[in-house]
Order: sequence, then structure tokens, then C-alpha cells
Amino acid sequence: MATTVTSTKSATKDARVGGGPKPPGPNGKGPRGNGWHGDGKRRGFSPAAYRITMWVVLAAVVMMFAALSGTYIFLSLGDQWRPISAPRMFFLSTVVILISSVTFEVARQRLKLENVTGYKRWLVVTLMLGLGFLTTQWLAWKELRSQGVYLASNPHSSFFYLFTGVHGVHIIGGILALLFLVFRFRTHGQLNATRTNASTEVVSRYWHVMDGLWIWLFLLLSVWG
Amino acid sequence: MSVDTHEVHRHPAPTGFIRKYIFSVDHKVIGIQYIMLALAAVIVGMTMSVLMRMNLSWPGTNWPILGTLFPGGAPDGVMTPEFYLSLVTMHGTIMVFFVLTTAPQGGFGNYFLPIQIGAEDMAFPVLNMLSFWVTFVGFIVILAAIFYSGAESTVGPIGGWTGYAPLSALGQIAGPGQGMGMNLWIISIAIFCVGSLLGALNFITTLLNMRTRGMSLMRMPLTCWAWFTTAVLALLSFPVLLGGGILLLLDRVAGTSFFIPGGLYLSGILSGTDERFPLHTGGSPILWQHLFWFFGHPEVYIAILPGMGATSHILATFARKPVFGYRAMVFAIFAIGLLGFFVWGHHMFISGMSPYSAMTFSILTLSIGVPSAVKTFNWLGTLWGARIRFTSAMLFAIGFVSLFVAGGITGLVLGQTSLDLPMHDTYFVTAHFHLVMGVASIFGMFAAIYFWFPKMFGRHMNEKLGKFHFWITFIGVYCIFVPMHTMGIVGMPRRFAQFTEYEFLKTLHPLVVLVTVSAITTVLVQLVFYFNLFWSMFKGKRATDNPWNATTLEWTTATPPPHDNFAGHLPTVYRGPYEFAVPGAPNDFVMQTEPEASRAPFETSGNGHDGHKH
Repeated sequence: MATTVTSTKSATKDARVGGGPKPPGPNGKGPRGNGWHGDGKRRGFSPAAYRITMWVVLAAVVMMFAALSGTYIFLSLGDQWRPISAPRMFFLSTVVILISSVTFEVARQRLKLENVTGYKRWLVVTLMLGLGFLTTQWLAWKELRSQGVYLASNPHSSFFYLFTGVHGVHIIGGILALLFLVFRFRTHGQLNATRTNASTEVVSRYWHVMDGLWIWLFLLLSVWG
Repeated sequence: MSVDTHEVHRHPAPTGFIRKYIFSVDHKVIGIQYIMLALAAVIVGMTMSVLMRMNLSWPGTNWPILGTLFPGGAPDGVMTPEFYLSLVTMHGTIMVFFVLTTAPQGGFGNYFLPIQIGAEDMAFPVLNMLSFWVTFVGFIVILAAIFYSGAESTVGPIGGWTGYAPLSALGQIAGPGQGMGMNLWIISIAIFCVGSLLGALNFITTLLNMRTRGMSLMRMPLTCWAWFTTAVLALLSFPVLLGGGILLLLDRVAGTSFFIPGGLYLSGILSGTDERFPLHTGGSPILWQHLFWFFGHPEVYIAILPGMGATSHILATFARKPVFGYRAMVFAIFAIGLLGFFVWGHHMFISGMSPYSAMTFSILTLSIGVPSAVKTFNWLGTLWGARIRFTSAMLFAIGFVSLFVAGGITGLVLGQTSLDLPMHDTYFVTAHFHLVMGVASIFGMFAAIYFWFPKMFGRHMNEKLGKFHFWITFIGVYCIFVPMHTMGIVGMPRRFAQFTEYEFLKTLHPLVVLVTVSAITTVLVQLVFYFNLFWSMFKGKRATDNPWNATTLEWTTATPPPHDNFAGHLPTVYRGPYEFAVPGAPNDFVMQTEPEASRAPFETSGNGHDGHKH
């Protein structure tokens, strides 16, 4: 487990596998086309591909939640809408997921400082908080059920289960990604800095957006109606 | 773990059959797999349309073979209305999702986008393989819906490709074709959404991140712009359908009421008074229409934009002229894509909406005419004064322009609320969207396959058969869909199994028969295409690397392209994609990889190659 992150910057400069200075374009107007530049070199890992893909994935996820939120708002304006007060467990889950975003940032800070042990430790903390969040959501379901509020009771109650369920599936995805970060960190003694930085960055971005989405859903469920 | 042992982009050429042709991560093989999937799906869809036409022209006729194959749906060989309606549903679903979405984007996009931007593969090859196989599973599930529709008398669910709530949300109680088949239909669409999303994010990342040196955005072929815009549309619209699909499935299996209003009275039962029809309250059927059409309208452009790209590409090549107004074409593609997200309401004028929203949707709809006209006039400008080479690919590309205009112009008719209200759900609408979305897109794909076949398989398709295929298909589709406009204006409604009961439609019967005869002829001619396709793969005339004297990157590499597209040496791009008939140039075409004459060839070896020491 003697893992070392040598540096976060220099790896990109030498191999020119993503960051680093780009060759001028053939028209002499500076870098054109950020792809591979036709010199027969093996193309390595591209952090940019990960970053772009994560933004694209998040755009799709946000579109789906926008559609579901639109549904919620649309139905809440109907005259058969019977508002239910949000389970109190939601406050706890909101606090938990907010803290998990902070701990993720702490982990990234540790990585930046090349403190590998700290990085790993805080990742595990984030992971635990993620699982804690799922537990609180499950407890919220139990709380709803104990009040006799079920999935099919009425549209508003359906949304409690729908939002937490769909969001929970996305959190599970984030937890799997976190597991991947921790697990890969264990198996490969010699870490590649660029790769770790990029994966950590995109996973953290995903995590923060899921965090923000939960805040939005929470406000929608409890404040809007 | 070092960088070199965990390559993302370069994978060695596979050797085993399964890795090479089945679970391949090579974008070219995956592209061909998508095309094959579409070629299989289109046979199912076409067969269904022929069955529908036969029932419309000669209702009540005994087709013994139908009676044998579907004893429930066609007792004594006579098609039941339920059977007809399930054919409508499955024809629409299979054609829209598994033909018009897979072939243009998943098929040709997968094959040619990486080559045209000078990349050796997609950004995430394994993801690419997954997206195909997920789509394939979706296809298997939709086929399963034919056989497990939950009702003896149907070949699938009944609901049209739009699956309108509340009938689609209620289950068996809503009648035949609303049982298990509808669940499978929703699941299939959801799986398809996931597959398309995986594909879309791969397309976007590849295009943004893997363009070769010198391939600036404005040097990309218009095909790449079209595929990119299509991927963005898919990325933003499929999640909405997926969300809607989840809600619909919950309504059906979990008893929720997202799309089911309270107090519904159905099949003689009031909601909540019988265990077969549990209590529902508070939902909105219109909501499903909003969600569906928010996806559904961009989906129309997902189907046709790649065809537009291929048409621009092919017109320029065979007119031996640059695309007229390249920049305007790029902006027009984007404008069409963008506006496509704000016009879904025009499918719902008749569902009831505020006149102000209807007017807004109407104006936005009509404004799509502007970028569409930009594209059309630029195509005509490309052809203007050219010495056109009338190959099969070129004929189909010109046919695309013709059909796009003919089908698009009625969009301006239907986009106006006052005209849409009487025309809604008549054959006018059927004719409109079949011409512009169905047949025009398919013509784009025909043009693409005749054009790129030499590159893909190293052999030419037979030109004589190709021209025969073109002319009969071209005349055939007009004979099918022009009379349909007339029927629609007279008031013949869509989705009716037969018209024998309506006195005012009896005079139209000769037209109905004409349409059917044209449809059967056109379908039979497609057999010529299928024969040409598969025969040419093995027996066609051998193709050179650049048989059409075209300029873009796919023509710089070997035919068919090697596993990593450019045999380990990616090209450098020096110029735009359509430099035909350049004054002073030795040939009438200048490849994108040709350095400018006034400059020394770019240093590709020694110290200078990585740009550090210049």
C-alpha cells in the first residue's frame, strides 16, 4: 500500500497526453483541434474526454430531473392535489449529503497536497456518508409508510417515492464510482497522477450535482406544495 | 499501473470471430451492426405497413396465410380492427426507433464520424459496444411485445407509437392490447433511451476531443455537424422520454396516478369501485403528451438531420462544387436543432391549450421554415450550374431534397393552429410526416449507403440496379403519399381499420387502392436494393481508395479502412472539407490533407513534430 502520487502537473507536460502546450495548427493560428496530432505517437489517457463526458452525462441527468420536476409542478396545480408534509428524516438526509460534498472536497484537497492516506481516508468518509444518505432516505420511506402514505396513495405521495427512488439510483451510481476510486487506489501501487486527478474530479462533479439535485427536490417536495 | 498498459483509445485488432464481428469495440463494426439492425427492423416495419394497406383497400378479404399465422388476430384470415391497430403501433415504433434512429446516427455516424474527424476510434469504444447491444436488447423486447401482447387478437400493444395516456396507463381494463404488450413496449423504449444516451455521449466527446490536428470545427464535413447536433438532441430529449416512460410504467404496475385523472369511467366500471380498476386520482393525461412530444419533436430531427448532412456531403461531391454557404449550413443545422425543442405543442393543438400558447408554438413552428429554407436553397445553390454526376448516391441525395421540400411544405400548413384543427388525425398528417421524416430520412440513408459502400466493403454497388431502385422508389413514394394529402383534406381519419361505414369516403376508394398498389410495388423494389447490397459485398466491382474523387478524410485511408482507421498515422488537415473546382489546382478536388501549395509540407518527422521546438 505504499502508494505515491508523484505530482499532479508534470505528468501531462512531458507526454502531452491531454493538457500541456499544444502544437500550432497547420494554419499557424495556434492550437486547432485538440486531438492527437498525427505524429504516430500512442494516444494516452485523455482527461479532457472524461471531463467532457461527465458534463454531457450531467446534462442528460439534469434533463430527466427537469422533466420529472415539471411533472410535479404541473400536477401540483391540479385541483385533486393533496399536499403531504415532508418526512422529518429529509432534514437529516439533506445535512448528510451536504457534509458528504464537503468531505469529498477535503479528499480532493488532500490529493492536491499529495497526501495519499488523507485522500483515501476522506474518500471513505464520503462513501460512508453516501451510504448514510441512502439509509436516511430509506428511513424516510419507513416514516411515510408508518403514516399510511404509500406510493399509490395520491400524486404527491407518489412523488416522494419517485424522487427519492430515482435520485437514490443516481446516488448508488456515485457510490459505485467512489468504490472504484478507492478500490483502484488499493490495487495499483503506482498511481498515475493524471488519471487519478481526472477521475476524482469528474466523480466529485457528479457528486456535487447529485447533492444540488437533492436540495432542489427537497425544496420542491417540502416548500412548493 | 502506468499509462501505457491501460490504453483507453488504442486496442489491438481482434482476432477471434466473436471479438471481431459480434462483441466488437471497433466503431466500424459497430456501425455496420447498427445498419444491419435497421435493415432487419425495416423488414418487420415494411411488412406491417403492407398488411395495413391491404386491409384498408380490401377490408374483409380472406387472407388464408394470415389466418394460419395469427388465428387470434385474423380469424378465418380476416383481419380484426384490433389486429390492425396493433400493426399501426408496432409499425410506428419499430420504424421510428429501430430504423430512423439507429441507421442514420448509430450506423453511419458510428462508422464515419471518427474517420471524418481523423480519430482512430470513438472516445470510449467499450461504451460504444454497450450502446449497440443495449439497443439490440430493446429490439428483442419490442419483438417480444408482438408475441406476448396479452391479447389473442393483436400483434402487440395498441396505442400508436405515441402511446397516449390514459388508455396506455390503465392496463388490461382499457381493452385489448393494453396488457403485457404495453409493458414490454414501455420497457423496450426505456432500454432504447439508455442505448441512445450512451451513444450520444460518446459522439459528443469524440467530436469535441478527438479531432485530428488541423481539424477545426469549421473544417469538419457537414455530416459531422449533423451527427453532432443529432447527438445533442438525443442527449437532451431521450432523458425526458425515459422519465415519462418510468411514470407510465409506474402507473401501470404500481397503481400510481401520474397520467390517470380521478373519476375515470371505463369499460362500464368507475375508478375505485372494482378491484380490477383501483382508485386513481389527480393525474393528467395531457402531461404524458407534453413529456412525449418534448421528446417526440426533437426525435423527428434526430431522424432527419443525419440525412441532411449526408445529402450536403454527397451533393457537393457529385456536383463537383463546394457546398454553397457552408457556414450558413452549420448554423441552419443548429437552428433547426434548437428550435426543435420549443415546438412540441404543435402536436397538441387539439388536446386543448390556451390560444396564446398555441400561437407561440405556431409561430415557433413556422420559424423552423427559415433554417430549412436556408438549407434547401443552399442545396440548390450547390447544384446550380454544376456538371452533375448522376450516380445512384447523387440521385438519392437529390431525391432527399425533393422529398424534404414536398414533405416540409405541408409542415407549414399543419403548423398553423386554424388549419391543424380540422386536419389533425387525418391522412394529411400521415402523408406529411411520412414524406419528410420517414421517406426523406430513408432517402438520405440510401444516398449514404450507395456513397459509402465502396469505402465500407471495398466494392461498388451495382449502379444499374441502384438507378432502377431509385426511380421506382422515388415515383412510388410520391404515388403513395401525394394521394394521402387529398384523403386527409377530404377528412379521412388516421388509425381507422376500414372505411366501409363512411358514405363520404366511398368515393376515395380508388385512391386508397392506388396507394396500396404503389406501396406494394415500392416495397418489392426494396428487395432489389437488398439483393444489390448483399450481392455487391461479395461480387461487386472492386473500389479504389477514393472512387468518387472526394475530399474528406475517409477517402485518404485504405479501402476498407484498417482497424485503427489510418494505419497508425493520423492525418493532418490543412483545409476545409469541400474544396472542389479550386482555381489553379491540378485536379478538380483538393483533399483535406493536402498542404497549401504556397507552404512547405508540414514537418511530420524529427524534432518539430510535437510542436515544442518550433
